Amino acid sequence: MLELRGISKYYNPGTVSEMCLFRDFSLKMEKGEFLSVVGSNGSGKTSMLNLICGSIPADAGQVIMGGRDITKEKEYRRNRDIGRVYQNPAMGTCPSMTILENMALADNKGKMYGLSRGTNKARIELYREELAKLDLGLEDKLHVKVGSLSGGQRQAIALLMCAMTPIKFLILDEHTAALDPKTAERIMELTDTIVKEKRLTTIMVTHNLRYAVEYGSRLVMMHEGKIIFDKKEEEKRDIHVEDILALFNEISIECGN
Amino acid sequence: MDFVVSILEQGLIYGILALGVYITYKILDFPDLTVDGSFPLGAAITAALITRDVNPYAALPLAFLAGAAAGVCTGLIHVKGKVRDLLSGIIMMTALWTINLSIAGMSNVPLFSKDSIFKNSIVDGIMPEALKPYSTLIIVFLLTILCKALLDLYLKTKSGYLLRAVGDNAVLVTSLAKDEGNVKILGLAIANGLTALAGCVFAQEERVFEISMGTGAIVIGLANVIIGTSIFRKAAFLRTTTAVLAGSVIYKACVAVALRSFEPQAMKLITAVLFLIILVISMERRGKVRGNA
Repeated sequence: MLELRGISKYYNPGTVSEMCLFRDFSLKMEKGEFLSVVGSNGSGKTSMLNLICGSIPADAGQVIMGGRDITKEKEYRRNRDIGRVYQNPAMGTCPSMTILENMALADNKGKMYGLSRGTNKARIELYREELAKLDLGLEDKLHVKVGSLSGGQRQAIALLMCAMTPIKFLILDEHTAALDPKTAERIMELTDTIVKEKRLTTIMVTHNLRYAVEYGSRLVMMHEGKIIFDKKEEEKRDIHVEDILALFNEISIECGN
Repeated sequence: MDFVVSILEQGLIYGILALGVYITYKILDFPDLTVDGSFPLGAAITAALITRDVNPYAALPLAFLAGAAAGVCTGLIHVKGKVRDLLSGIIMMTALWTINLSIAGMSNVPLFSKDSIFKNSIVDGIMPEALKPYSTLIIVFLLTILCKALLDLYLKTKSGYLLRAVGDNAVLVTSLAKDEGNVKILGLAIANGLTALAGCVFAQEERVFEISMGTGAIVIGLANVIIGTSIFRKAAFLRTTTAVLAGSVIYKACVAVALRSFEPQAMKLITAVLFLIILVISMERRGKVRGNA
């Protein structure tokens, strides 16, 4: 369904500070899989997401999505099938537009943005219902500008907006990292509901080992551009946070931290 | 009375320019200097058409289209050529000087003996005698309001939403599977179309084309936008476009009053000082989403 095949990625090529992040990196995901990715800073987690989404180009190798080679496809074209939630809650919404306008904008993804009315009045009730599911009272603030909301509220809206239109992949880039523990918990539950409801193939990068263990059907640990740990389904069920933590410490000692 | 009428006339004409600058500066977050070239571009097209006895009303849409084309060029230089926003505008502004000269034929084209959108047999026929001294103001007012209303309508369409989104958070536009570059180009086209339209109306009101009439147009446009948006920031019931038009009239009034006690040569200095005062008072700060993940 989603495959990275022999990917290489260099930073600052041809200079003294040249750094090879990925050398012949491969990853294969099945349809409907929910992959949690953990790893230390600089291990290549976000770079991997950027390569999949096309935010950065690969120096070698292929990105294959739904059987199609999309290595050369531009980022905005790939996004027709991808929904992405960023660590920064401000990235997924427009601060100077109202909640309603943001929802309407997202609702039109994949269609033409022409000269018809921006907000379809018939859809407002549906937006209200979707927002009510968040349990944050946002359904009564439709005409409030998103810029005046809290990070958690914005992230919840960003997640809703991502999943409003039919997408196949959900990319979560530490999307709970900037939130307080309670809000993070709420967003995680919401994520899980959406992924299950829409049967999305999902990649979640997280620093929260408990989320990585609790959620998802597969767990991967990355280190210096390599996958050093990969467990699925039954195997994953037996993993505890302590196991992952122990592995983490092992790597850190190797690196001299 | 004449003093007030002339302030309103010119304030509203520059209001059309300010609507264009509002799109680039406030919505797109793009410092677009093309304006200094596209304002006289509209005037040059108008001069060329009117001296060839084309209907002066036909000059309005044609000027808009010419300005839009200039905006598309700036957009292409920026998006496809990956040239910085400020430099893209400067390149187009410089190029347009020569283009404007060759369109108009010379650096100064008087239009006094020709019909204009303000003075022609139709306007003379339908305008009541009592309103004759104000006919220019009335026509300018109607035109400006029409531009404002159309822009307001546009900003409420799906395409308008996308335009507002691209300056606010370009990453989101990419997430919506749209090319942010194309949206920017569209915004620049509309903005410079409006600017050229303002140039067209201005040339017909002044009854002359002057190659240097665009110099400083961007400063006037920015001043109008910043005055309007900062004075009426708290007035939530006012649309920003209305505030921008009001800002244009206020700015024109300030300059006109200042010029009464100074020599005409002081014009540019007064403009600069006024602009600086406005900037400092309004403490224009930007708070937009930047960068990529």
